Amino acid sequence: MTAYTTKFGSLKDYEKGSIQIVQGEATNYAFSNVFEVAEHATAYDKIVVGLNQKYVIETVRAEGQSVWYTASHDEFVVVMDGEVRVDFLKLKSTVNVEIEGTQLAGELPDGTPMGYVVLKKGHQAILPAGSAYRFEANDPSVLLIQTIKGPLSLEKWSEICLK
Amino acid sequence: MNQIAHIDQVEVTGKDAITGYQAFKLGNFSITRDEYFAKVTWVAKGQEHSHLMSVDAFLRAIMRDVAWGFFYGWVNFDHVIGTQNHYGSVDFYAGTFNGVLKDAGVDYVENFATPKIMATFKAILHDWVNAGFDPFAAPEETGSAFGRKNGENIEAIDRYRIATKRMPSLEGDSPLRDDLEINRQFADVNQDEPLIHCEPGFEGQLGGFNLFKYLSRSDVTWNPSVTSVCKASLFCPTTEEYILPIFHGNDRVEWFMQFSDEITWDIGDKVDGAPIARIVMKPGDICAMPANIRHQGYSTKRSMLLVWENATPDLPEKFASGELAPYPVAF
Repeated sequence: MTAYTTKFGSLKDYEKGSIQIVQGEATNYAFSNVFEVAEHATAYDKIVVGLNQKYVIETVRAEGQSVWYTASHDEFVVVMDGEVRVDFLKLKSTVNVEIEGTQLAGELPDGTPMGYVVLKKGHQAILPAGSAYRFEANDPSVLLIQTIKGPLSLEKWSEICLK
Repeated sequence: MNQIAHIDQVEVTGKDAITGYQAFKLGNFSITRDEYFAKVTWVAKGQEHSHLMSVDAFLRAIMRDVAWGFFYGWVNFDHVIGTQNHYGSVDFYAGTFNGVLKDAGVDYVENFATPKIMATFKAILHDWVNAGFDPFAAPEETGSAFGRKNGENIEAIDRYRIATKRMPSLEGDSPLRDDLEINRQFADVNQDEPLIHCEPGFEGQLGGFNLFKYLSRSDVTWNPSVTSVCKASLFCPTTEEYILPIFHGNDRVEWFMQFSDEITWDIGDKVDGAPIARIVMKPGDICAMPANIRHQGYSTKRSMLLVWENATPDLPEKFASGELAPYPVAF
């Protein structure tokens, strides 16, 4: 046999790993699985799965259309499962640089269409500072967001982590 | 080339007439190799002590330390020798982070200016890596490290961490890997790129790429390379096969997310090396590596791993002083 099969996870097919403890607590490792988190999540809840001081990795279940978001700094999205379209607006007003993390951009943000990207599994895109962006997914999809902890970040460690 | 600028700092103490390899001195350490082993010698309690490592494992370890510029915190080559990065100077130690040797007082540690130890490590790689051996590759992908001196492999050892400002493929930033081959163990990974549509006037302001394709074309193993930058938050994914050639004790918390396949992590106490846990990560799993442990990963199939670092400079002091807990989350 010379062929290798690369195993990726998905909402419908994932298996959570494990911790074998010699000493100490399993909770020290804050171990979760992003597909499991997304499986039980409300669409577009930004659930923190990684926290390093003020920085976060969030898992988002994308399903249907999201509201518009913005941030004063670059953010990034990686699609872990499914297919997601991201529309971008160049905002007329500047985003307050004092505030970090993802913010709501309002129902109909005042801006110029910049374009869109269509991301499939394994694809990454930049969510540029000062733009507004909105996600759309026909089928349930899973996103990773690299950002800073903000007003929309939800922490529910005891629900998602191995104990 | 950096190594030429600092070549005068390298202390070569001789060349073995039989094996053909140079011997090196680094402060009070002597570092030599023969057909099978790298040997590090030091003096403690007035007596000579030494440690041998299989030379393939030694060269894989020193390759990472050089390519990463001594990385974050402790880079243990094995349970005895390694380096600690002080970001401007570097400690080289033998037994200092081994509970038994430290308690016995037979360990030794010496601090070096970074250019000096870097030049010495590069000179070791240049002399000791033979033709056909790539210390950045998995064992199945490369030839032997063993035997007497037989040529060199400069190309293989002159690859360093990719420096990315925001994201690969953006204008003025690091390139994609379309000119590298797909690794044999990622032949089934989808190679399509995302659709990017920019309205007139916004060309170049939106960007995206196929991260899994990018990783499938990585030509090295266990080499975290930056693919997105959110202030000090760095995504550093890498492709893993065989064993992480070092046991990494970080001076800050870092996180791992398994993108594909499976890695088993051995977790030990950062200070004395005692076993603490073994963690099995499968696709979609994400977990923290606390600031008080060391870890070494095992990956049978070449796998994709996201290493997530916080590059904020003052974190080591805050963890060392206890101002920050070694665990990122309490719940």
